[in-house]
Amino acid sequence: MSQNSKDASHVHGHHGHDSTNSRRDFFKNFGLFSAVSAAGAAAIYSGHSYEANKPGANFVRVLTADNRIIEVPKEGFKDIKVDLNQLQKQGREGLKGHRFVMVIDLAKCRNARKCITACQGAHHLRPHEYHINTLVMQESENTAPYFMPKPCQHCDNPPCVAVCPVDATFKRQDGIVLIDNERCIGCRFCIAACPYSARLFHWEEPLMAEADKGTPYNIELNVPQRKGTISKCLFSSDRLREGKLPYCVSACPNGVYYFGDENQDSVTNGTTKETFRLSELLKVNAGYQLMPELGTKPRVYYLPAKNRLFEFKDDKDPVQSI
Amino acid sequence: MASEVNTDFLQDKKLDSIAADILRPVGITQGFVVWMGFLGISLMGCIYAYYIQWDKGLIVTGLRDYVSWGMYIANFVFFVATSLVGMLISSVLGLIGFKWVKPIARIAEIIAVAFAAVAGLVIVSDMGRPERLANVILHGRIQSPIIWDVTVVTTYLTISILLYFLPLIPDLAISKGRMNHTPKWLQNIYEVLSVKWNHTPEQYRLLLKAIRILLILIIPTAFAIHTVTSWLFAVTLRPGWDSTIFGPYFLTGAFVAGSAAVVIVMYFIRSNYKLEKYLTNHHFDMMGKLLVLVSIVYLYFNINEYLVPSFKMKTAEAIHLHDLFVGEYAVMFWSVQLLGLVIPIILLLFSFFRKPFSMLIISIVVLVAAWFKRFLIVVPTQDHPFLPKQYVPQAWMVYQPTVVETAITVGTLLLVIIIITILVKFFPVIPIWEMAEEQHELDHKSQK
Repeated sequence: MSQNSKDASHVHGHHGHDSTNSRRDFFKNFGLFSAVSAAGAAAIYSGHSYEANKPGANFVRVLTADNRIIEVPKEGFKDIKVDLNQLQKQGREGLKGHRFVMVIDLAKCRNARKCITACQGAHHLRPHEYHINTLVMQESENTAPYFMPKPCQHCDNPPCVAVCPVDATFKRQDGIVLIDNERCIGCRFCIAACPYSARLFHWEEPLMAEADKGTPYNIELNVPQRKGTISKCLFSSDRLREGKLPYCVSACPNGVYYFGDENQDSVTNGTTKETFRLSELLKVNAGYQLMPELGTKPRVYYLPAKNRLFEFKDDKDPVQSI
Repeated sequence: MASEVNTDFLQDKKLDSIAADILRPVGITQGFVVWMGFLGISLMGCIYAYYIQWDKGLIVTGLRDYVSWGMYIANFVFFVATSLVGMLISSVLGLIGFKWVKPIARIAEIIAVAFAAVAGLVIVSDMGRPERLANVILHGRIQSPIIWDVTVVTTYLTISILLYFLPLIPDLAISKGRMNHTPKWLQNIYEVLSVKWNHTPEQYRLLLKAIRILLILIIPTAFAIHTVTSWLFAVTLRPGWDSTIFGPYFLTGAFVAGSAAVVIVMYFIRSNYKLEKYLTNHHFDMMGKLLVLVSIVYLYFNINEYLVPSFKMKTAEAIHLHDLFVGEYAVMFWSVQLLGLVIPIILLLFSFFRKPFSMLIISIVVLVAAWFKRFLIVVPTQDHPFLPKQYVPQAWMVYQPTVVETAITVGTLLLVIIIITILVKFFPVIPIWEMAEEQHELDHKSQK
């Protein structure tokens, strides 16, 4: 951390985008452990079900976390199921010690919409069901139009959480606002309360309801999606647990997104994988929040659409395209 | 209400004629069977509509992510509003000491019970996961206005049922033995419900005490129920809802809707049951004056609610107000304001229009306008979120209620009418003992 601060101090006063350096990916440490143990559990489980179908076999071959193949006697063998309770518990607790934050550079967004498709693929959504959407914005007649990706703002004073009658939507210690679609009663008070139109409701059977049947519900992915409940952007908290960047951030071809941790004061660009000091990035580029006057305290920051390197070309009609 | 009852009226011969008048329509008649058959069959269709929604999800409604609260929520607000009249007539006017409300009080309580009871079902019809209703209790969060609403609606319903039932007990006891024209099972129900009432002065003393406590308790409860309902909107940040006067604005509007509903029910009871002697022209005249009063107060709140923001025309508010005044909702908005508020106020200032039949017509218009007024409060605000509506199907841009949705809403109205019909048809609709007592006192005074 002290090393990081020193690096960052060199670039003070320059354009934030130049402050590149090869700091470690802040996710790596806590992600490695969980990734390995998940892989190990999956291997044990598939090994077991294969061997269980072979008649007369007393030993089962399994792959351990450190890549050794060993044989285990069948007696005293226990199926490892992905446990709903565990998923719910860890999902509500969040990732200790972090305060996740996103920075969106509007100067770079060309409305490629790759973030949207990546997100919809991961969360099993239809093309018009958005956790993140790119809007065509224009402040007034005389100012330039620009594209604005709009995920959930993960407000620190979230109006949606305040109104939820059953604690189905909640704020975690790492700053992320999640939804428990096992508990949601579908009253849609949160939709009414959210000034950013960040929430969607499953009016019909979700796209992959049939395929997802039997999959234990992962609150950090909100899959399986459920009819009659709410869904919204989760900052890809399942990916964060694995030490990876969110789906949208990684999918952007234009370097629009930075994602990171306020506690470490660092954000990583999803396209270039360069890491920046959050406070510098916001200061140098005059970062701002969406409708801060509402008092919602968003965790998403925007960098204004200035010095764009391309013409604004709105070839997709935002109203008629779907 | 007097604090003590002189039970001499029980020996008065007038009691017999009053009881005979009021009990004559009680029981099953051919008209009742046809009417209930019609309501029942229509309700079946509406229940089927709800089955479709249960099966397919809320996709069968016109609701989508932008306008996600529509007809159901408007209907809920309307039901809660209409039910408040029980408090206004029985409590406020009764406790102040207006004698003319006596024969109307039970009608007002019937309306309160019917609308408050079905309001709960209306909310369930709007839920995406109605089978998880118990979560509201299992996982309820006290911060959420929905929890406050559930709490006060059930409290209000409970007190309203008691305020309907307690004054009915002496009537049930009086009616026993005078019910030979009714089926046996109904007489048995009277026997059970009259809880061994035998008209001792001590029983009356306790009854009056209990009623008085409930009449006082229901005032803050009724204020709470509709204020909290208004907060479902007012606690959000949206233009059109983000208002500090929503509590009193809703409350005063509720009295308009409720008074109109009372007049309508009064009219049909009077004409169908030939109770002109008890529901006189004077009662309609007084209800007309009450309707003018509450409408003027509501108009005052409307002026505040619309004029002040339209003077400032803040960007987001301006879009909303433009839509109401001259845009997409202008026809509905001005019809509701003029037909449902301004014109009734002008007409009802003249005693000529406070006659029963013209009161009926005016009240029907006022009540229908009151329903659309709730629609105008709920829907247009959601049409204009802060951020633009883009890259969504065309159907998401505008809210168009569907047939299924309308049928379910009609079904809840039918249910209200069924409850009112049953209570009005099977039990004395005008308090016999209070009428007899009043009559006895009058006769006594004139003799002196």
